[in-house]
Amino acid sequence: MNLHEYQAKEILKKFNLPLLNGFCYVESLDSLQQDLDKLKGPPWVVKSQIHAGGRGAGHFITPLNNKGGVQVVHSKKEAEDIAKAMLHNTLITKQTGPLGKKVNRIFIEEGCQIDREYYLSFLIDRNSSNLMMVVSANGGMDIEDVAEKNPEKIHHVYFPTLQSFEINEDIKNVLFLNNDQFKQFTSIINKLGKAFVELDASTIEINPLVIDKSGQLVLLDAKISLDDNALFRHPDLLTLKDLSEENEMELEAARHDMNYIKLDGQIGCMVNGAGLAMATMDIIKQFGKEPANFLDLGGTANKDRAIKGFKIIQSDPDVKSVFINIFGGIIHCDMIANGIIEAIKEINFKLPLVVRFQGTNAAQGRDIINQASMGVISVDDFTEAAKKAVEFAN
Amino acid sequence: MSILINKNTKVICQGFTGSQGTFHSEQAIAYGTNMVGGVTPGKGGTNHLGLPVFNSVKEAIDITRAEVSVIYVPAKFATQAIHEALDAKLHTVVCITEGIPVLDMVEIKQRVIEQGTYFIGPNCPGLVTSEECKIGIMPGFIHKKGKIGIVSRSGTLTYEAIWQTTQIGLGQTTCIGIGGDPVHGMSFIDCLELFLKDDETKGVLMIGEIGGTDEEDAAEFLSSSLIKKPISAFIAGKSAPKGKRMGHAGAIISGNKGTAQSKINALESAGVLIAPSPALLGDTMLLAMQKENS
Repeated sequence: MNLHEYQAKEILKKFNLPLLNGFCYVESLDSLQQDLDKLKGPPWVVKSQIHAGGRGAGHFITPLNNKGGVQVVHSKKEAEDIAKAMLHNTLITKQTGPLGKKVNRIFIEEGCQIDREYYLSFLIDRNSSNLMMVVSANGGMDIEDVAEKNPEKIHHVYFPTLQSFEINEDIKNVLFLNNDQFKQFTSIINKLGKAFVELDASTIEINPLVIDKSGQLVLLDAKISLDDNALFRHPDLLTLKDLSEENEMELEAARHDMNYIKLDGQIGCMVNGAGLAMATMDIIKQFGKEPANFLDLGGTANKDRAIKGFKIIQSDPDVKSVFINIFGGIIHCDMIANGIIEAIKEINFKLPLVVRFQGTNAAQGRDIINQASMGVISVDDFTEAAKKAVEFAN
Repeated sequence: MSILINKNTKVICQGFTGSQGTFHSEQAIAYGTNMVGGVTPGKGGTNHLGLPVFNSVKEAIDITRAEVSVIYVPAKFATQAIHEALDAKLHTVVCITEGIPVLDMVEIKQRVIEQGTYFIGPNCPGLVTSEECKIGIMPGFIHKKGKIGIVSRSGTLTYEAIWQTTQIGLGQTTCIGIGGDPVHGMSFIDCLELFLKDDETKGVLMIGEIGGTDEEDAAEFLSSSLIKKPISAFIAGKSAPKGKRMGHAGAIISGNKGTAQSKINALESAGVLIAPSPALLGDTMLLAMQKENS
């Protein structure tokens, strides 16, 4: 689960991390003028709140000026004008995809006189199975380029336990910090490490962490992703979820314990298990078509879930044919077959449909499909089934 | 021989009397697994499926001499159940449960390394030594005794690998689903090491997927391994679109590693034969075996 910058900053303030003051606006900008009196400045910074990076270098669908989703403003009027133009506009960045994301929330923050910018993040390293800190003296917008062209400028620090977050004095030189700045830096690392563990985060990214003109370290941006598996321990954090950032069909699927991701192709897929679902998409692509979605029914799918899944797929207007690929384990193929037949009747489904059953009760499942004679085709062979689905989509 | 488990392996189940524990223990017993009891706190002293129920893992081991525990406990309580199994110093622990917090796994992984436990999972289908011992949720009838070791990060795609090697007549020694969580127990390398040393295992089929660098690491291991056997592999996710992202952290860490192509390239340069399609897992394994013999 992803948090917005302003939410992340509110949380991190509780850990006494050095942050600037700001206000967030969800629907209306009514109190903006009075709020600005409470902030240091001008200048102030108006920041679009979306779940994607690269906001500063992004652009809006309805252009407001030549600048991106993060803008420095020098007067109250300019602050209000820019905020109004950003709110409900759509921001396209390197990380949003070509359709961009609608800006539903605006954050206005005090300005900062930046001297130097650093990149800093905390995450779980899969290889070492440890909490890891990633830091670079080349922070800011081009960090991915730095990682690609000058990987030696990206430094990794592994924490052997989740109880202490000590860092070696070497980092001081690598980051060109003086004694006082290094002291501030170690304090920030300790607090962020503690926050990471207490929040059950999966990533905390501070880009940039800056040193301002007075020599103070400040967290200028903050992104937090939480571990979905641990949300049961954090009902308070769960309330921060911004549903407007999620795809409606993906949410609907999640409500029924399924995992659905909308894609750009024309063949709807319904599969049990993420690996087999990906493999099914791969084989469709091999035969020259694109999958319309990824849909993993989950390990404990039953008839009802099959019906729901079927409805989700067919609600996508791009779908030209549907391929259902089930390897029965705990799931019984005959149960899924009954779900499919019921769904077809209920929603008067007319598109070509190919079903492949293997595993538990596959033969019974095929019988149910074949006897229903609803134009559904049952094919045992994986390759042949995929070919048929592709053929039907043409 | 096989690896990790065989017909004599004594197995207990944690979460024995719950619906998952009950269903899969019944299936395991029917398969011939040497189940010797189960654990459900508060139900010690009773019987379930004709086997004794204990209050704790320690008590269960003291009495049954079990060597392996399989965990079906719900996610909220699974971390505690795993620690209990580790406290009892079991040889092998298999956790089927999905949804364990990653930071819990970070601490569990440290213990597993310190103790040298064979820990499989979490969020995995378990492991089966064909026609001898079934631990976990894989359907039993797709397995056939034979000569291929299978190690997989996936669930149902593992079944596909098992079924195809059965259909083509190769059969399996042991099949292990290591699970797809970012922090997990046994890796490809851990399993490959055991398969390479096992005399009965004549070839290995690996099923990987995009993300992480486990497959790249396995390729490096295979290149430097002195024991050589025919290895084939399939990597799922070639067509997966690059995920919409929130920050830069993931891209900075993985660089160009972690994609299907990087994994395929690494494995190919280690002499692994790559299955071009998920429908050709069995055929590719057979081809790798034939190449070796020609």
